[in-house]
Amino acid sequence: MRFLSKRLMHGSLLLVAVSVFSFLLLELAPGDFFEEMRLNPQISTQNLLVLRHRYGMDRSRLVRYARWVQSLVKGDLGFSFSYNSPVAPLLAIRARNTLLLTTTAMLAAWVLALPLGVWVAAKPGAWLDRLASGATSVLLSVPELLLALVLLLVAVRTGLFPTGGMVSPQFGELRFLYQARDLAWHLFLPVTILLLGLLPALMRHVRAAMSEVLGSPFIRSLHGHGLSEQRILFRHALPAAANPLISLFGLSVATLLSASLLVEIIMSWPGLGPLLLEAILARDLYLVIGAIMISTVFLVIGNFLADALLYICDPRIRVE
Amino acid sequence: MNRRFYFRFGLLLLALFHGVVLCAGFFAPYDFSAQNREAPFARPTQVHFLDARGHFHLRPFVYRCLDGSASCETERSQACPIRFLASTVPDRLGGNSSWHFFRVDSPGQMFLMGTDSLGRDQFSRFLYGGRITLLAGWLAASLSLVLGAFIGSIAGFYGKAWDQVLMRGSELFLALPWLYLLFAVRAFLPLQITPAKAFLLVVAVIGFVGWARPARLVRGVVLSAKERNYVLAARGFGASEFYLLRRHILPQVFGLLLTQAALLVPQFVLAEVTLSFLGLGVGEPAPSWGNLLASLQQYHVLASYWWMYLPALALIPLFMGYQLLADALQERTKVVVV
Repeated sequence: MRFLSKRLMHGSLLLVAVSVFSFLLLELAPGDFFEEMRLNPQISTQNLLVLRHRYGMDRSRLVRYARWVQSLVKGDLGFSFSYNSPVAPLLAIRARNTLLLTTTAMLAAWVLALPLGVWVAAKPGAWLDRLASGATSVLLSVPELLLALVLLLVAVRTGLFPTGGMVSPQFGELRFLYQARDLAWHLFLPVTILLLGLLPALMRHVRAAMSEVLGSPFIRSLHGHGLSEQRILFRHALPAAANPLISLFGLSVATLLSASLLVEIIMSWPGLGPLLLEAILARDLYLVIGAIMISTVFLVIGNFLADALLYICDPRIRVE
Repeated sequence: MNRRFYFRFGLLLLALFHGVVLCAGFFAPYDFSAQNREAPFARPTQVHFLDARGHFHLRPFVYRCLDGSASCETERSQACPIRFLASTVPDRLGGNSSWHFFRVDSPGQMFLMGTDSLGRDQFSRFLYGGRITLLAGWLAASLSLVLGAFIGSIAGFYGKAWDQVLMRGSELFLALPWLYLLFAVRAFLPLQITPAKAFLLVVAVIGFVGWARPARLVRGVVLSAKERNYVLAARGFGASEFYLLRRHILPQVFGLLLTQAALLVPQFVLAEVTLSFLGLGVGEPAPSWGNLLASLQQYHVLASYWWMYLPALALIPLFMGYQLLADALQERTKVVVV
């Protein structure tokens, strides 16, 4: 348990560090939301001063940080100028959508990568291995941005998939099963893009970890005992290779969040990505900080899950 | 044969790409800002070898409609031959170099990748845009390598408190999702600026965000190098710390930095493409690969003008080349990067 609580401490320290870092950047930044307003001739300088005072923008940064922490405790996460509302409710629904997209993609990627990587590692040099290594190198070199654009073209040309959004306009009137189908239909393309971005790296690592284990003596002795190939691969070799893969899971959370940010913007998925971009363009800085904090929370949770899995799977950590 | 072949193939691909982009003034038939208002969203021009009567011409040619419209049947058009290595007087469409790899006699026009909404030649914009994007990638990569080498060697060489502070900082940079970090730093910087300033800003932001990984790797190498016997001997002879770093320790880091460069340059090129694509990077009228793709965010462009995709497809070989190079270098130096 000491291991897990230490990791949790680490995660919360990261959150604090990110918030301080964001405010430090804010300190360096020229201009704010009201700076943009100044260009508008219909708003007088007096009004601007009043507005700045009302939102506490004329106070020192330290005071503003303290007040932000205060609003964080209250569950508001600061105030969005452009939406004229607390940040937290704006973020909550977007975060849910991002979570839906990323967890689906993550699950799909691992569900595909594990058996594929294992089978590929089982027969090195076979046609499946060569095909897979060729495909992974090609996919690794195509960035998600280009992948997303190309798949979007396919969607537009064939009309098989929606080109954006999360649900159809008549979503509210559908029955539950049809709602689920509609959602899955909209999920398909963004998930495919994320999957194609994630899968090659995962498969490479699964293959590398597995082929290291498959070379060890205990596998040969299992063969000698006459166990079936599938049982050796999945029951004996895979658990032995699990350790680096679980660490990889923790690392892939950050990659996935980055990719999802971009894919959400391109596919107009109503997640954190479009919100963050809008907030940056409007210089709505508390909203930006809020979105970054939420993504850091996801990251910390993902890493904690990886650590917990490691704790369950690896007795060496438990004993220590 | 295999590994070396891939390495050389990647290198060749990159050399070709960079060479063509570097000599954009020579390879691009038109200027990047030359507008052609009669032909917005013109299809890629077809290059012909066979004329209407089926005769073969060694010199390829394009058809130009006599009434000036963008497309028409071949009967009502005039054939304009393509001249290679032609020196031309700048015509209506401009072009700042009088030497061009290929050029079509006026009134013919040749748009290899079609034109955009203002009738600007996409192919020329792609080449000129590559200059900006590749330069941004290279500059940002050098910036973060220099920063990383500096911070890493301080952390590794002086250790103790320096090490603690710098490495905790780098953990922060490594842990956060990369694009969020890039956005965060970009978010706090001004939006409405000239393309030149935007370019410098993008380079600075990307370079600043990427220092952490090279710094950690350099730190590792410096840590092991400073305990080597010859370094201890040099120290015993009274060498100054700066001399030790410069003469004995930093040369060890070189191979590592090279591998990192092969990884960072494409990543940073992509970062520039992403930022400009989203309107946070280099803006119009300066071309960059990112803002060439930006028009794809509009649905009607996406649906009707497939050739607007050509720049995106043309980028894939570049990233493939870098991937091959990075793989080969990693294989050689045995640095594993997730």
